[in-house]
Amino acid sequence: MNASRRNLAAFFALLAVGAVMPMLLGQARFPQWLEIVLGGLMSGVLYSLVALGLVLIFKASGVFNFAQGAMVLFAALSLVRLMEKMPFAVALAATLAIMVALAWLVERLVLRPLVNQEGIVLFMATLGVAYFLDGFGQIVWGNDVYTLDVGMPKEPKIILEKTFEGGILVNTEDLIAALIAALLVAALALFFQKTSTGRALRAVADDHQAAQSVGIPLNRIWVIVWSVAGLVALVAGVVWGSKLGVQFSLQQVALKALPVVILGGFTSIPGAIVGGLLIGLGEKLSEVYLGPSFGGGIENWFAYVLALVFLLFRPEGLFGEKHIDRV
Amino acid sequence: MIYRETGQFKTTYASDQQLFPILQDRIFVVAFLAFAFGAVPFIATDYLFRAILTPFLILSLAAIGLNILVGYCGQLSLGTGGFMAVGAYAAYNLAIRLPSLNLLVVFVLAGLCSTAVGALFGIPSLRIKGFYLAVTTLAAQFFLDWAFARVGWFTNYSSSGSVSAPPLLFFGHVIEGPVEKYLFVLSIVCVLALAAKNLTRGAIGRSWMAMRDMDVAAEVIGIRPLYAKLTAFAVSSFFVGIAGALWAFIYLGAWEPLAFDVNRSFELLFMVIIGGLGSIVGSFLGAAFIVILPLALNQFPTALGIPISTATISEIELMVFGALIVFFLIAEPRGLARLCAIGKEKLRLWPFPH
Repeated sequence: MNASRRNLAAFFALLAVGAVMPMLLGQARFPQWLEIVLGGLMSGVLYSLVALGLVLIFKASGVFNFAQGAMVLFAALSLVRLMEKMPFAVALAATLAIMVALAWLVERLVLRPLVNQEGIVLFMATLGVAYFLDGFGQIVWGNDVYTLDVGMPKEPKIILEKTFEGGILVNTEDLIAALIAALLVAALALFFQKTSTGRALRAVADDHQAAQSVGIPLNRIWVIVWSVAGLVALVAGVVWGSKLGVQFSLQQVALKALPVVILGGFTSIPGAIVGGLLIGLGEKLSEVYLGPSFGGGIENWFAYVLALVFLLFRPEGLFGEKHIDRV
Repeated sequence: MIYRETGQFKTTYASDQQLFPILQDRIFVVAFLAFAFGAVPFIATDYLFRAILTPFLILSLAAIGLNILVGYCGQLSLGTGGFMAVGAYAAYNLAIRLPSLNLLVVFVLAGLCSTAVGALFGIPSLRIKGFYLAVTTLAAQFFLDWAFARVGWFTNYSSSGSVSAPPLLFFGHVIEGPVEKYLFVLSIVCVLALAAKNLTRGAIGRSWMAMRDMDVAAEVIGIRPLYAKLTAFAVSSFFVGIAGALWAFIYLGAWEPLAFDVNRSFELLFMVIIGGLGSIVGSFLGAAFIVILPLALNQFPTALGIPISTATISEIELMVFGALIVFFLIAEPRGLARLCAIGKEKLRLWPFPH
């Protein structure tokens, strides 16, 4: 067992102890604790959805796409305003078309002129894209708070009534969101593993130059991967939007995807999922059990600090590629 | 024709290494400073002082601080707003708890508090690199935001969470009025900018740049990463902290933690990018650009007589901001400072083509 493995094990042991601590101390009953854990995992799924888009783009083009949050907001805004004029299915298709057009524009106007620039320059460019999308979305679609109703059941449900007294309260909406996320990941996995486009995407992610030299068109691949990220943003936007309402603050929630990706590793799709679950879980548990002794509101930074501490144990994230520096 | 260095021979090492080796540059800088100190206070209007000059100078100082970290040492930071807040609240607490303290001492001590916090949050940079580091600096930003909003001691248990600066007592004289504030800020910024310039061209600045260009290679040739990275974080936070204290005390007067949120961090990052990474002059140019742009955008439709709501203006501002950043990165990734340097080269040859 090498040192880094041992560190990792230590971190998870610490995390697990922290998670069950409230029960051991008698602060919480088991059903109540389980309820919080489930709630945390559910919100973690939602973080994963945003993180997924980030990872896809980073894997295929090495761009740390800060605009993913803005894309989520933009997709949700477009959908909600289009739904006022047309049925849901048509609006969904139209929004998807908008996201593909956006991907194409980003590739044409931002990425292509900046090819071969350093990572930091590309990152800043996506910051610019994020600002532009925020302003553009609000000018075109308006800046009110919109309710997005896609027919998800809102009322909470009580499960496992027989096992525990009073049962466990679960949000049906969250369950459906988790299901959608699982389906999306499965679909993406199939797309990446089984189609020739998926294979090309993986080749580009592996080595740009080598991929290009065997005839994979880099520009088209980038459009595809940004479109897929747009699709993921749309799904995230639908799920988040129907939960919180479509509004500007959706962006702030999307910022939470950043600790998720660094915890999971920038280049790993399973990392985004596991990272999201860990962050969601840690955030909920800490808010409920640690929050009061800190004076509340710690969920604003807990995810970041958790990710920071984790990176001290393992600087490349949970499933990130080990980086070897050469002079 | 005028800008020519013919006949200016450097006969000593000192003259070879001076800050402005070309005579015309020296004359220009001295004239510019004389103008800023001597003429501007008499000709500028109150509005100009309040809305443009003072915020521009203070944000330039913060941009210099961030440029040291991002531009010279290559450590991407998104937590600048948090470090500005540390400076502001440290200055506030020092000023109200030790009222007899000189304002300059307060600012320097506030800068040192920020230095300590910055070095603390810089420790992960020894292990974490690149974008991973950028996200961990967000941890600093959000944690500090939360601390100043929730921990009562920092705001002296103010019920609303907003605090206001005590009178600016400076050697028995109270600084008030836009002109005095402007001169005070200008003096501080000049001294600190000179210090920054000299730091970056000295041994320590070279070690930062070596870290930026390739950390492993720098380590191999004997630069200690611990020392280089932490000093960059510390020095950068010192500048940013003093800028934060100035921003709170002189520009805002009364403020709440929201004044230093994550948007401030991004704004400063834009200044550094648009101005030019790794350039002190660039920090000033970038700050000027970002301060003036929203004002110009505000005036533009009014001047044309088109009625636009303020909400729309702020949205257009976001769009133009984003588009300009992308445009700058494509047109000149090295920023306004690089454009200046190109202009200077052109001027040396003018009016002849070679």
